[in-house]
Amino acid sequence: MVRFDKVKLTYDNSGTLALDGVDLKVDEGEFVFLVGPSGSGKTSLMKLITGEVRADSGRVIVNDFDMMRIRRRKLPKMRRTLGVVFQDYRLIENMNVYDNVAFAMRVVGASSREIRRRVPYVLELVGLEGTEKRLPTELSGGEQQRVAIARALVNNPRMIVADEPTGNLDPVRSLELMLLFEKINEMGTTVLVVTHEKELVNAFAKRVITINDGHVISDGMDGYFSYEIQ
Amino acid sequence: MGISAMRFNRGGYLIREGFRSIKTHGLMSFATVTIIMACLIIMGSVALLSVNISHLIKDLEKQNEIVAYVEDEDDTYIEEEAARSLEPAIRAIPNVTNVRFVSRSEAMKNYMDKLGKELMEGIDETVFRHRFYINIDPIEALAETKAALEATPGIGTVRAQQDYANTFIRIRNIVTLVAVILMAILVFVSMFIMSNTIKLATFSRREEIAIMKMVGASNGFIRLPFVVEGLVLGILGGGLGFLAQWGLYELVENSLGSALSDIVQLVPFMTMAPTILAIFLGIGVVIGVFGGVNAIRNYLKV
Repeated sequence: MVRFDKVKLTYDNSGTLALDGVDLKVDEGEFVFLVGPSGSGKTSLMKLITGEVRADSGRVIVNDFDMMRIRRRKLPKMRRTLGVVFQDYRLIENMNVYDNVAFAMRVVGASSREIRRRVPYVLELVGLEGTEKRLPTELSGGEQQRVAIARALVNNPRMIVADEPTGNLDPVRSLELMLLFEKINEMGTTVLVVTHEKELVNAFAKRVITINDGHVISDGMDGYFSYEIQ
Repeated sequence: MGISAMRFNRGGYLIREGFRSIKTHGLMSFATVTIIMACLIIMGSVALLSVNISHLIKDLEKQNEIVAYVEDEDDTYIEEEAARSLEPAIRAIPNVTNVRFVSRSEAMKNYMDKLGKELMEGIDETVFRHRFYINIDPIEALAETKAALEATPGIGTVRAQQDYANTFIRIRNIVTLVAVILMAILVFVSMFIMSNTIKLATFSRREEIAIMKMVGASNGFIRLPFVVEGLVLGILGGGLGFLAQWGLYELVENSLGSALSDIVQLVPFMTMAPTILAIFLGIGVVIGVFGGVNAIRNYLKV
């Protein structure tokens, strides 16, 4: 669950207003696309959710954590309720597929037995069974992103946030990946996907929040086009 | 599986991670160990030089004797027996380490041996007085010991070479001061070099650290492998540094030995070995762990 109330964010070094009074709410179990041109504030919004930056004013609630008041020490606990997926996958290159996923479980102190049980299950869920021993560099882009998704999923987070997850993939792989996100959402996890790929968004009848110049300019089921009408 | 078993599991994992990292970053680990070693050897050499100079001066100090003359009465000369009876009182004075009695006849004989019989012609032994040659430690207590001797009943004049003593004290102080300053600078420089070496080593791992933070790793969890790594490299550097220092010292001792063995006697390495090993390991561990933790500090602020 994510809730923003009148959130303002400026960047210290440049003084640029990144978000200017943003209100939004994503409920438990929803699938939401967050769209907008580059520089519109999408990434800033993501960073507020993951706790990488703190808003100047307003209220940010993520999975019941008050992000305006959260202590640095508590951030790890908050982040464990999130699964984060990036455009550039961010896998550890000298670890094989299995370890890249298992390592997220080790971080939260899971037992070896739990890890041995859970990792193969998640790898199968994302369609990567049989690749356990391979290194990320031996996989295609789509496969690497699936490893990243498996890693995001392995600790059973309440919400998956994906920042341009298909940015480096061809249209077919992109569609496959979105179908995977849809499947994950159907299993009960909230999914928030940041993207600027119109065709992809339009292929799914999902809620779309459009952001431009630090404002939410539309929010509804009518698809990506609402932002072009402006 | 219980909580404690889980913790143990995780601890084991983190320690394995530390070792894995040393292996996968072999070249950097090698550079780190070498730098710790080099710094320790330079520091150790300065310290050992200072120890040996101090030791040499101490030796010289021991040869610096106070002479206390036994006073004769106005008309009568004190018998040897009576003069000797003063010895316990002298020994009881603080800082006195050794007392040697020389009677007036022995003193005269010594002079005759030194100056030749002819020069001593017609001189009676009564010209000489009974005397005590006294060694003290520490030499800093020379003035007060001299005063205490002068206050001892039966003792007349006391001759002490205060100038020599002062010179020795001054040299020793200068040597110690120079050594301490040099070592302080070296420790600072080593820390700086170490921190930068490890920073270089961790630069490639900032991505890995960022990923760890993103999946909810605590700072402690991220830091521990670096602490283990620093600890192991520090112990390795300290241990190897100790062995190298040992070899170097033996080499110097052997090459000096043949040429100067009569004048300069080096302090045997073995008498200092446990202290040196402890200090080397200690400094190695501090530099290693401090360097490791310091180097990743910036990456943890996400």
